[in-house]
Amino acid sequence: MDWAYLFEISLTGIASGGLYALAALAFVMVYKATRVVNIAIGEMLMAGGYLFFTFAAMWALPLWLAIPAAVLACGLLGAVIERTMIRPLLGEPPISVFMVTVGLSSVLIGLVEMVWTADQRRLPEFMPSDPIMVGDAFLAPKVFWGAVVAAVFIAAVLLVFRYWRGGVALRATASDQAAAYSVGINVPRVFSLAWVASAMLAAISGIIVGSIGGISSSMGVFGLSVLVVVIVGGLDSVLGALVGGILIGLVEALAGAYLGGEYKLLATFVVLVVILMARPYGLFGTHEIERL
Amino acid sequence: MRIGTLKESYVADAALFDSRTQHAWLAIAAALLLLFPFVASDYWLYMACLVAINVASATGLNILTGYTGLVSLGQAAFMGLGAYTVAILQTRYGTPFLLNLLAGGVVAMLGGIVVGIPSLRVKGLYLAIATIAASFIAHFLFANFQITGGTAGLSLPPARLLGVDLDTSFRLYWLIVPVTLLMLLGAANLFRTRIGRAFIAIRDRDISAEVLGIPLLRYKLLSFGLSSFYAGIAGGLWAYFFRVVTPESFPLSMSIFFLAAIIVGGMGSILGGILGAVFMTMVPELLKLVVDLLPGGAALAVFLSPVRLVVFGALIIGFLVFEPLGLAEIWRRVRRFFHLWPFRN
Amino acid sequence: METTLARGAHSAAPPLLQVDSVTLAFGGVRALSGVGFGVQPGSITAVIGPNGAGKTSLFNTISGFYRPTGGSIRFKGQDITRIPAPQRARMGLGRSFQNIALFRGMTVLDNIKLGRHAHLKTNVFDALLYMGRARREEAALRRDIEERIIDFLEIDHIRHAPVSALSYGLQKRVEMARALAMQPEILMLDEPVAGMNREETEDMARFILDVRAEWGVTVLMVEHDMGMVMDLSDHVVVLNFGQVIAQGVPAVVQADPEVGRAYLGSGNVDELRAKLRAAAQPAMAGAA
Repeated sequence: MDWAYLFEISLTGIASGGLYALAALAFVMVYKATRVVNIAIGEMLMAGGYLFFTFAAMWALPLWLAIPAAVLACGLLGAVIERTMIRPLLGEPPISVFMVTVGLSSVLIGLVEMVWTADQRRLPEFMPSDPIMVGDAFLAPKVFWGAVVAAVFIAAVLLVFRYWRGGVALRATASDQAAAYSVGINVPRVFSLAWVASAMLAAISGIIVGSIGGISSSMGVFGLSVLVVVIVGGLDSVLGALVGGILIGLVEALAGAYLGGEYKLLATFVVLVVILMARPYGLFGTHEIERL
Repeated sequence: MRIGTLKESYVADAALFDSRTQHAWLAIAAALLLLFPFVASDYWLYMACLVAINVASATGLNILTGYTGLVSLGQAAFMGLGAYTVAILQTRYGTPFLLNLLAGGVVAMLGGIVVGIPSLRVKGLYLAIATIAASFIAHFLFANFQITGGTAGLSLPPARLLGVDLDTSFRLYWLIVPVTLLMLLGAANLFRTRIGRAFIAIRDRDISAEVLGIPLLRYKLLSFGLSSFYAGIAGGLWAYFFRVVTPESFPLSMSIFFLAAIIVGGMGSILGGILGAVFMTMVPELLKLVVDLLPGGAALAVFLSPVRLVVFGALIIGFLVFEPLGLAEIWRRVRRFFHLWPFRN
Repeated sequence: METTLARGAHSAAPPLLQVDSVTLAFGGVRALSGVGFGVQPGSITAVIGPNGAGKTSLFNTISGFYRPTGGSIRFKGQDITRIPAPQRARMGLGRSFQNIALFRGMTVLDNIKLGRHAHLKTNVFDALLYMGRARREEAALRRDIEERIIDFLEIDHIRHAPVSALSYGLQKRVEMARALAMQPEILMLDEPVAGMNREETEDMARFILDVRAEWGVTVLMVEHDMGMVMDLSDHVVVLNFGQVIAQGVPAVVQADPEVGRAYLGSGNVDELRAKLRAAAQPAMAGAA
């Protein structure tokens, strides 16, 4: 048993798990506030990556401008999506909104292919490229710094939900819109905010993931792993996003290293099936008690 | 309720087509379906076969998602199971095609039950995600085993009926269309009985349904099994039609296609499944036509694939936002207008 | 002075439904504590109590939607505590719901037919074919429902209407029809006249009495309308905070000071707390 190798792989797994956690956070943000399952989370990530590509590579804007611009533009996209496709379906069964996000993912992929073609692109380098060594274990620098950024944002969001009034408003809106309205919460504004925040987090995630592996119109596949992460962690749990992300990151890294690259996604989905059978609401999700 | 349609027995009231005008339309439709292959060009025969296969599969998905309310993004995977079963049986054992089709249906049905068992314990959206997982696992299985021909897939000889090879669209029409019609009839019959009612009850209010006497897991699995059986048969027909089956033949986007078809057509209505499948199959052809007609069309052709994706997605979103009951509802409105029209002023 | 031999009830016979020391807890919340009572065949029993007393939870436990954490439920002499809900329906436990649980995607007729589900025999193959067994069964079902239920509840004019198009009162009647289609031996009605006006309430009361008289069905109902409870019931069970605080003939229960306090409050919180603690002791010992 090559412990050093195992350690190295695990390290990579945990770090890339941090990236999953960040994307999962974007998902949980929307679910926590609006109870909407956004299957297009991977495609929103992709949009963020492509927007950054446009600003930084195609328009050659300096990094300190390109990154915020991409994030804000993606946030705008989130607001537009919420206003045009999600808000009109308020009150409809959750299945309908879910299917709208399925349609949305299709639209986003198509648009990306139309504007930028389906070819894979590389993003400009902006992260330090010195290899990170933990003892004898090697960790790819991009993965490491990406995980650091992810950790910062996760911590920030955890604090926000704990201590900021808005965080409570978010949760109130999710559990009972009518009641939230009646205590003075501006429900539509909360919805918009949730989607904008989610889109911005997705953009950051997309930029990082894109920097590591390039961007392409099939980047949305990342979203499938994110979906598994949120199911494992619990659809409405920020902590679950973190723990689930790290778990899935580890599983994929180990599967990839010991079984082969094509087994990565398979391993992830096997974990999904196991969780659905053992703890269907995830490790930290709230079990909804249905009343007759 | 239609004007001037008095029923004198309960059996008559329950009939599928219950008025003289409906019978007349039915006769006309039957005549058209019989005549069509003799007057249509090869292209239209090809489209007719493709439409019929899609109608069959969409109807299966409608049973599961439209009527029982269980969202599935795995329809393509189950079609793949059916297609591969047919391909394997036909190439290895040369068994009669009807048997192969049935076997394809059964294998797909078993696949559906296997996917259903873990996923049906929780709310519908988890099921949808699990079906996505199933799609990927199916793709993995198709691409990595020798029996399925690996990434190259399988090619199969045509089906043989009474010594005749079904290798043209004209000949395949006479296999595909009747099978599809039978499947449609079966589905329509289903919803005149307690099984169909149970499905709808599960969609509308599953916890109350259980207290009223419907064992939830059993019926959800039944719906899943039936729907994937339909998908398997449709996949088998697909295999005989295209004669090549590869792991890339049944991607996740095909599942989205069928979901779009029933949303656009109208979930929870047999007519909706038909209209939606026809519409969605013809839309890419329409796009192609438009691109050909436009000046400089050849250059735009490269955009066909992404434009199709955008159109699919936009159709799903558009219908859900503006007309959630789909084309079937639009059809009903038009019909109502014509029924009342003689009585206006 | 009313004796316990109430009108229409056969108290010499064993109870049709027997609830014994049933306890139901959700995490830390005790919805029911040591609830026990019996329902005589052919009687009309009412369960009353202030909001949040656990009446619907009790119904849900009897129906099989909740599994009690302690105690047992016997129906027709058989212990049904572990039997799944669909089977209880087949045994004859019919039910209507507090917040109308009609299936909006179906017509009135289909909703009612659904009630008969557990007693029908059509399987999926019969259904796909339809000609033959399924058609015969459906025709017989239709005839039975038309003649016995639709006529009885006077809803023939709306039989093909989608339920979402109906008024509240009519929807409640369709709920009742569906419950009757279940061929129940005991009909559990959860607030059958909630939200109804005077006239609708009287109609429903008449239906309930007719159901008992013509069909021989035992009725167990949750109700807030005291007039209806006092006029109709043979036996009344009063719940408060998940416990039975009184039961008996309507007149006796009505006069019970505990019941008055439960609804109106004693104003003395300490006294109430002590009372509840004292009442909970034997229940807790029983549930342990």
